[in-house]
Amino acid sequence: MLNISKVETFYGNIQALRGVDVKVNEGEIVALIGSNGAGKSTLLMTVSGVNKAANGEIIFDSKNISNLPAHHIVNLGISQVPEGRRIFARLTVEDNLRLGASVNEKGKNFEKDSKEVYDLFPVLKNRLSQRGGTLSGGEQQMLAIGRAMMARPRMLLLDEPSLGIAPKLVNQIFASIKNINKEKKVTVFLVEQNAKKALELADRGYVLVNGKISIEGAGKDLLNNPDVQAAYLEGGK
Amino acid sequence: MGKDFIQKSLKDSLLTGIIALALFGPIVGLRTVAKNEVLVVEPKWFIVLLIVALCAVGRFFINIYSYKKEQRRGEASSLGKIIANFLDEKGAQIAIAAIAFSIIFPFMPFADRYWMDIAIMMLTYIMLGWGLNIVIGLAGLLDLGYVAFYAVGAYSYALFAIHFGWSFWVCLPIAGLFAGMFGILLGFPVLRLRGDYLAIVTLAFGEMIRILLLNWYELTKGPDGLTGIPRPSFFGLPFKRYPDEGVETFHTFFGLEYDPMQRIIFLYYLILVLALITNAFTIKIRRLPVGRAWEALREDEIACKSLGVNPRNTKLTAFAIGAMFGGFAGSFFATRQAFISPESFTFIESAIIVAIVVLGGMGSQTGVVLSTIFLIGLIEVFRDFESYRMVAFGGAMVLIMIFRPRGILAKRKPTITMGK
Repeated sequence: MLNISKVETFYGNIQALRGVDVKVNEGEIVALIGSNGAGKSTLLMTVSGVNKAANGEIIFDSKNISNLPAHHIVNLGISQVPEGRRIFARLTVEDNLRLGASVNEKGKNFEKDSKEVYDLFPVLKNRLSQRGGTLSGGEQQMLAIGRAMMARPRMLLLDEPSLGIAPKLVNQIFASIKNINKEKKVTVFLVEQNAKKALELADRGYVLVNGKISIEGAGKDLLNNPDVQAAYLEGGK
Repeated sequence: MGKDFIQKSLKDSLLTGIIALALFGPIVGLRTVAKNEVLVVEPKWFIVLLIVALCAVGRFFINIYSYKKEQRRGEASSLGKIIANFLDEKGAQIAIAAIAFSIIFPFMPFADRYWMDIAIMMLTYIMLGWGLNIVIGLAGLLDLGYVAFYAVGAYSYALFAIHFGWSFWVCLPIAGLFAGMFGILLGFPVLRLRGDYLAIVTLAFGEMIRILLLNWYELTKGPDGLTGIPRPSFFGLPFKRYPDEGVETFHTFFGLEYDPMQRIIFLYYLILVLALITNAFTIKIRRLPVGRAWEALREDEIACKSLGVNPRNTKLTAFAIGAMFGGFAGSFFATRQAFISPESFTFIESAIIVAIVVLGGMGSQTGVVLSTIFLIGLIEVFRDFESYRMVAFGGAMVLIMIFRPRGILAKRKPTITMGK
């Protein structure tokens, strides 16, 4: 479904991605793990079109999207939940959701789609008229995911959904991600610092080191891989 | 209040006094006068002393104020908050009352020519404030050159009216269209800019338009300005004492005595309607996808992109629509004055409009009205003391910054609220 090949991305003169190859098949959950500064977020931003790839190709449904502007890519069915949630703090929760639906025929199906989001995250329904900035970190993450779901994506890019969130809520959010994948048939490409959680959830995983993929494999295999354990999981040597 | 605090703030006041002395000593204290055809320096230490004492004492009171504010942090009790809450709760009633008052205003016994002129000027600034509020308050784009669109509107109205003889109602939309086009023209180069950089470019744009008007003599008559701009007519009926042969005028049509106030009252209602349209439009558009996208863009551009909001179109529409209302206000200005020159479109105008929006509390429509009444009213009150006007203006701004740092009405209602 998504085929990233030999992608290189720069920030000015600094090369963040050095020829990344990643493949995400329809219906999968794929996790990308790696340390700080490895280029994980850069890769997601490059897929979503917020950053531009200098070289390489990103093919989505046999269409090259590497040169498309971000809003076109959302139209094609890729929605991103950006790192740090990026909720519109001074707008209401409802406004946030409506903005998520802005590509979805300008929000014609708001009632129906928002209902699906409330089913996923019931807490949002009670907070519709509240400002985004007044929500707790976990609720904001739920809102960010819900907002992205309003565009009816076929693929969801999640950038560190566990960042700065209470452990109990992290479990809940990961359960919702699984739900989104299984029930709503949305393909998920997930970037995480919390490698254990991510690999447990994912069908397959990639490890990114210094802008290059170093290891790839099934989630379970990566969990048991001694190199991965040593570098990213507790209990390594 | 602890001893520590008193000591500290006394020290602070002393320091303020010293700074004031260093500043005002040479500026105010030393004055050159010609005595026997020789320039001599005449010190005016008494006035300097007065100013320094004022600064030091003022500083002391500000310290006490902020100390007390610190003490009751979390408790909502300050006067500003009470007013803001009151306006929030009774917002709708107050708005209706204000509109009702402004409709009957021309027929009040005290509404003479002077008051009508002030009211018209205030309404013009309110309209400009509301227009700029779209750009600054909603879309979060700090535009310091808003007067450029006011100028484009005024000049395009004047030129079309003079050269083609088209009526106000035909020229008004054209002027708005032209201003909107200039808004897009400004929008394109600044798409990637934000914050202070954007402010600098918009400021330069405002100056460029003024200098263009000053130097394009063939079209704009440069510094001489454009004269003989047609006055507005009441849907084809002119306001004239001695009309041309066979032309019916406003007063003959309605069988009234001729009175120059008729035209003033008509102008008043004209700007009132234009301003209210601007306001209604802004309130409405905030609930539409475009308006929501503006506000989202103000909050977070990257999040907008990742949600499929096209930042380019969003910014351009904000600039264009904000500029369009500036253009409408400009054509009103032109038809009211019947004479325009680049003099009327200097940077200080932009600064006043930005001050109105920012001091009102960015994005607050009521705040724009309050700060216009406050600022323009203040300028008018001090009209007789010409040389103190700017002091009062600056002082008012400093006071608002101290007591209401986020604007008179910083608390803004969410766009959507749940039904009660």
